[in-house]
Amino acid sequence: MDLLLNSAMVNWSRAQFAMTAGYHWLFVPLTLGLAIIMSIMESIYVKTGDESWKRATKFWQKIFGINFAIGVATGIILEFQFGTNWSNYSWFVGDIFGAPLVIEGIVAFFLEATFISIMFFGWNRVSKKTHLTATWLTTIGATLSAFWILVANAWMQYPIGMEFNPDTVRNEMTDFWALVSSPIAINKFFHAVLSGWGVAAAFVVGISAWYLIIKRHVDFALKSIKMGAIFGFISFVLLAVTGDGSAYQVSQKQPMKLATMEGLYEGQAGAGLIVAGVLNPKKEAFNDEVDPYIFKISIPKLLSYLGYRDLNAFVPGIKDIIDGGYKLQDGSTALSFAEKKEKGQKAVEALVNYKVAKESKRIAEAEIFEKELRDNYAYFGYSYLENPEDNIPNVPITFYSFHLMVIIGMYFILLFLVIWFFGRKQKLQSAKWLLYVGLWSIPLAYIASQLGWIVAEVGRQPWTIQDVLPVHAAVSNLSSGHVLTTFILFAVLFTGLLIAEVTIMVKQIKKGPDEVYKNDTFN
Amino acid sequence: MEAEVVPKKNRFNWFIMFWQGFTHMTNYGKTLWVLVILKLIIMFFILKPFFFPKYLDEKFDSDNEKASYVTTELVERSLK
Repeated sequence: MDLLLNSAMVNWSRAQFAMTAGYHWLFVPLTLGLAIIMSIMESIYVKTGDESWKRATKFWQKIFGINFAIGVATGIILEFQFGTNWSNYSWFVGDIFGAPLVIEGIVAFFLEATFISIMFFGWNRVSKKTHLTATWLTTIGATLSAFWILVANAWMQYPIGMEFNPDTVRNEMTDFWALVSSPIAINKFFHAVLSGWGVAAAFVVGISAWYLIIKRHVDFALKSIKMGAIFGFISFVLLAVTGDGSAYQVSQKQPMKLATMEGLYEGQAGAGLIVAGVLNPKKEAFNDEVDPYIFKISIPKLLSYLGYRDLNAFVPGIKDIIDGGYKLQDGSTALSFAEKKEKGQKAVEALVNYKVAKESKRIAEAEIFEKELRDNYAYFGYSYLENPEDNIPNVPITFYSFHLMVIIGMYFILLFLVIWFFGRKQKLQSAKWLLYVGLWSIPLAYIASQLGWIVAEVGRQPWTIQDVLPVHAAVSNLSSGHVLTTFILFAVLFTGLLIAEVTIMVKQIKKGPDEVYKNDTFN
Repeated sequence: MEAEVVPKKNRFNWFIMFWQGFTHMTNYGKTLWVLVILKLIIMFFILKPFFFPKYLDEKFDSDNEKASYVTTELVERSLK
């Protein structure tokens, strides 16, 4: 059997997954964020009886509906790809990776889909409180969907709660609660959901700013922009908190990712956090003497604190992680790449020997090999890596994505604060410059949101499962032509969907909230 | 707060809610539904069967055969 891997096929499979995931993530954040915004607005309406809040709720609900309808099932495409392009991965992790996805589909989606119908069709058919409950349950359903998907992704970054079965060559779940309560999963959930809240806040503020610029629906726009600014400020501040949590988790479980995020090649005690910097393109090897930066501005000791809650902690760089030999938090000594590779090869050889012994009914021998496999399984994936460079994610992509994301996040904290301040002083309508800034900032929120996923997923390369299965062992033995064909198909389909959404949404935004209020059923 | 008195004929009914909701939909609502249905048809009746079959299900019938194949794949890619 010709098992020579076509690297073009591997890269097209990665590109296809990245593209479809990226498209999916254009719709999801707005769904998550608008859900909570409209729930808050409707709560204010029910509490105060102020009909203008009902108008605002129904308008943003309509925008939510458009986004939801276009975005629905874009995630299914990712699951299709698991079975076709990533069959080795799919088989290898099926018992543990599949469970959260199934739960997501059955529980969260049905919760969302059931109550969304009351939310849209139930105005004037159910009581105010019943309708409000339906709106909140829709929000909870959407958020629960995100939780289960993020549990699955978190497992890829930090695989726990499973045991490898050498007979079936599958990872089998042994501890469901370890999977669900993984600190990576919990932090990732809050961070991802908050990023959706931030995108929606920027969207609401930007659209409201546009209405104020053209002097239409002023009362609605003022209510929405003030609420959006407060909500956005809180969201982005909390994003900074959960981002700090993410950095801490990454330092513990994926130190190579952290080093790549910071372009840190040589480890340091009391390492500084880079605020801004430009990487040196002349740095070609992790162990050459070339300075990795053309310039950088850093806050001293902050990276050590973020990563290890100790201002003087040693943060390993890329070279340290490859060379090993430094002290880990638990007092043990870090293995080198060569040592991990040796253990990985032992694990694979033990698997082969186990299979042979089992088939020959040499049970005692099989048990010895099974033990050797389990003892070295944590480094299983290193057997696939030839050179230390194979273990290093793309530094420029990860570095710039991370820092741009953080800069945009800081920008939004400031922007929302300024908008809130101008709102309190009743000066928003006269501050045309600020309104234009608000409007044109909408794409920045989306960009930051995508950059976060780029950091998470490019930063974990070469792994599909950290340390256990690299990308090129995970892909199916397909032709690159097949993958290229489906890549183009998706590109066309999703671009068409995006154009349709933007067209419909712009049309409804131009109509504005009064149009919604006149028709009191779902539009 | 006033108690809400709901006449029997106006009490909540799932079927009526859906019926009235769909029949009173505006043009953009109908467009969205057409897009959703079209998208689902394309995904499940064209893309999935013709472009995204399950690779292992197509090649093998039993779990043992699949496990054996994946073992070979993983081992060969490691020791190459």
